[in-house]
Amino acid sequence: MSATGIGASVKRKEDIRFITGKGHYVDDVNRPGQAYAYFLRSPHAHATIDKIDLAAAKSAPGVAAIFTGDDIAADKVGGLICGWMIHSKDGSPMKAGAHPPLAQGKVRYVGDHVAVVIADTYAQARDAAEKIVVDYGVLPAAVDTASAANAGQPQVHDVAPNNTVFNWHIGDKGATDAAFAAAAHVTRLDLVNNRLVPNAMEPRAAVGEYDSGSDCLTLYTTSQNPHVARLVLSAFIGIAPEHKLRVIAPDVGGGFGSKIFIYAEETVCVWAARKIDRPVKWTADRTEAFLSDCHGRDHVSHAEIAIDANGKITALRAHTIANLGAYLSTFASSVPTYLYALLLSGQYDIKNIYAEVDAVYTNTAPVDAYRGAGRPEATFLVERIVEIAARELGRDPAEFRRANFIGSFPHQTPVILAYDAGNYALALDKALAAADYKGVAARKAASAAKGKLRGVGFSAYIEACGIAPSAAVGSLGAGVGLWESAEVRVNPIGTVEILTGSHSHGQGHETTFAQLVSSRLGIPFENVSIVHGDTDKVQMGMGTYGSRSGAVGMSAISKALDKIEAKAKKVAGYVLEASDQDIEFKDGKFTVKGTDKSIDFGSVALQAYIAHKFNGQELEPGLKESAFWDPTNFTFPAGVHICELEIDPQTGVVTIDRWTAVDDFGKLINPMIVEGQVHGGIAQGVGQALFEGAVYNSDGQLLTASYMDYCMPRADNLPSFHIETIETACPSNPLGIKGCGEAGAIASPPAVINAITDALGHENVTMPATPQVVWRAAQKAVMKRAAE
Amino acid sequence: MIQVSMTVNGKAVSAHVDPRTLLVQFLREHLRLTGTHVGCDTSQCGACVVHVDGRAIKSCTTLAASCHGAHVTTIEGLAHDGKLHPMQQAFQDNHGLQCGFCTPGMIMSAVDMVNRKGPDLDETTIRDELEGNICRCTGYHNIVKAVKQGAQEMGSQSQPKAAE
Repeated sequence: MSATGIGASVKRKEDIRFITGKGHYVDDVNRPGQAYAYFLRSPHAHATIDKIDLAAAKSAPGVAAIFTGDDIAADKVGGLICGWMIHSKDGSPMKAGAHPPLAQGKVRYVGDHVAVVIADTYAQARDAAEKIVVDYGVLPAAVDTASAANAGQPQVHDVAPNNTVFNWHIGDKGATDAAFAAAAHVTRLDLVNNRLVPNAMEPRAAVGEYDSGSDCLTLYTTSQNPHVARLVLSAFIGIAPEHKLRVIAPDVGGGFGSKIFIYAEETVCVWAARKIDRPVKWTADRTEAFLSDCHGRDHVSHAEIAIDANGKITALRAHTIANLGAYLSTFASSVPTYLYALLLSGQYDIKNIYAEVDAVYTNTAPVDAYRGAGRPEATFLVERIVEIAARELGRDPAEFRRANFIGSFPHQTPVILAYDAGNYALALDKALAAADYKGVAARKAASAAKGKLRGVGFSAYIEACGIAPSAAVGSLGAGVGLWESAEVRVNPIGTVEILTGSHSHGQGHETTFAQLVSSRLGIPFENVSIVHGDTDKVQMGMGTYGSRSGAVGMSAISKALDKIEAKAKKVAGYVLEASDQDIEFKDGKFTVKGTDKSIDFGSVALQAYIAHKFNGQELEPGLKESAFWDPTNFTFPAGVHICELEIDPQTGVVTIDRWTAVDDFGKLINPMIVEGQVHGGIAQGVGQALFEGAVYNSDGQLLTASYMDYCMPRADNLPSFHIETIETACPSNPLGIKGCGEAGAIASPPAVINAITDALGHENVTMPATPQVVWRAAQKAVMKRAAE
Repeated sequence: MIQVSMTVNGKAVSAHVDPRTLLVQFLREHLRLTGTHVGCDTSQCGACVVHVDGRAIKSCTTLAASCHGAHVTTIEGLAHDGKLHPMQQAFQDNHGLQCGFCTPGMIMSAVDMVNRKGPDLDETTIRDELEGNICRCTGYHNIVKAVKQGAQEMGSQSQPKAAE
């Protein structure tokens, strides 16, 4: 392995600009003559818009234009879409309410977009917005997830009676019920997966620009998938045809799912740029981000598992109510269905699974994918109920899991997925050793001696990522294919540009992708640059989410490199006067087999462009190839996380003492970057378990709309983490990669809650397990012990 | 409009600004020093940390006018003669950043931490001192390692101060 090749922890190329303040984020973009947009947002969760008086605002200093939903309607701008069709049990399609970029007649959540004010400065736009007078007819709001579909609740969309988007199900109900009837033991659990706000540190931003000379629009946007944004803005919203619309996502300061979606603000900025023939810039402040970024999770579930007399899990059934907010966001419907219920088998050999999901509208911000997207919800359910079952049966939780692990591959679950490779027992063994599981009893006693409660919690998670085979997701309702594209451009002196449809917003693609190319072509790492995030440069792509950039994005690059190698061999054959069949390519050198005749990669590139050594009719000049890679299966990263923590029963404060993770991500390109992804994922999962929760009051006001109210995990809330990996190669892509971006966030919440409940000796703990929640639970535990 | 003058990264600058202009707006919009970021508006996230007269402050809640006559150092002023400041280098060496958005504020806070606390920092101190800087990507693990290395390097190079 070379110092910069596959498997090396190469320092990141992109870091230099970030550590010197030379990153180029959307809010750093400034265009000549730009105006600034400010969005007037609804202060009410649910209201009719009876009248909007713009007169005073329009005459305020600096105002260039003010637009409302009437202007959007008059221009026939389309509504925002949900790109994944789900059908209910009865076969009916999901009920999608209209989602205009500026509200028309009614607002449906606090933060909904009522008007946009565009002025010479941001302060002027904001000042003018205060002069807009809106007469609202305030309506009662449906806010609570569990009761949103009940009779008598306020109705969010007329097209969706009882606020029901769909009643979906999967699995064999009859077989599952039969397994429960025959069970020796049934474990039951009610659980809430708390609502989260993604909170990428860079707020969303957009700059729309119109060039009247060419009739072309450009949108700079904080996007994880600029080509998907262009496709939706063009084909569905009708902003401009694709060849007249350029979408640029430059450096993007974190996404975690929240920047997949096509939002109202970005749409309005690019539309308004043409209306006023000036660049229009908008940057969210943090409270706007809380109000209008898509939130994550928000499930209320009941789950049961059936266990036979030998301690084998024979069946699982679950009923989940999923809150999708006030409108269906871009991929909202896929999250609580195919990204969730397909993972309910976990790492376990469970023959019978049946799940029902009721998706509901409420007068809250839209809910869509957030790091893990459905898979954390599934893992929380499975790993909580399996833990509780082990405790009820008096079994060691590690050994109960091991006894139920899937042991051979491929493994077909009863809920569509076919797991391709894994070694779950090995990950468990290594995690138990690294966590010193044998020493837990002594450490518990030591904690007890100082009045503390110590607990250990497991999470044996699995996820489906590397999203995803296009035909397969198409059959499940996806409106798009989920392949990836790549283009390899070799320059005449042998340096290489890789154009990729993946988008890096922290993942380090400029480094890892260059490692792959440098390894394959035998050229210096420094001679490779990665181009992404611009629809005028990269022809098409599906973007970065679902831990897909390695497994899918790099596979596309690998496929294009295969073509480069084949073409370069032909060029080398002409130069070396040999058949391309007799040319070997190794370490950057083309050699005629069995001879010392050779030529290096750079010289072949030059010969390809000079084209003197071959007939242009027989072989095209140049060295540039492109490829689309469509995966053959999802990938299945899996592993075991063990959280060990201490609770102070006097204060309810939880201190995580040690965190052990053993993950199987298949082949690693850059272990340093992989570990970093796991660290960040764990932190977000610990955030969900201990600190974070979006809270709406019964009127639909978001009470947690700033960092003063919504608790983000900070450095002093977290430990350092012990991370190990095992490797079972993924058979469904040429690089053997599984993906690592979401694993930590998927694995960690149940590990924390299992550890807390282990320490307390009862299961009654909700997320976020704040000091108050834990203190109350600890008092119950103390009283229970006193009574015994 | 009011006249504001200060020294930023060693250069004298002056401008007529709206009195409500924040220091971060002055830096980003008037001077086009876009390395200093805005991640919130409640002095919580620390993406906007710069040094004013040698002390770390949050520029998103500081009026530019209140810095009249001050010496300001931003992330762009930390490297000298093409050589990274040891804290910058430590962040790259330890993979202490992913998306890079919080990074300028993290580095400016870390340099200030060493200026105040000295180069021998234990993990607990580093974690406590980073309480005012939020990172969503790294889980802080590698940031803590980076600050520890950067602090030691600053100590051994006896180059404790930034460009003030």
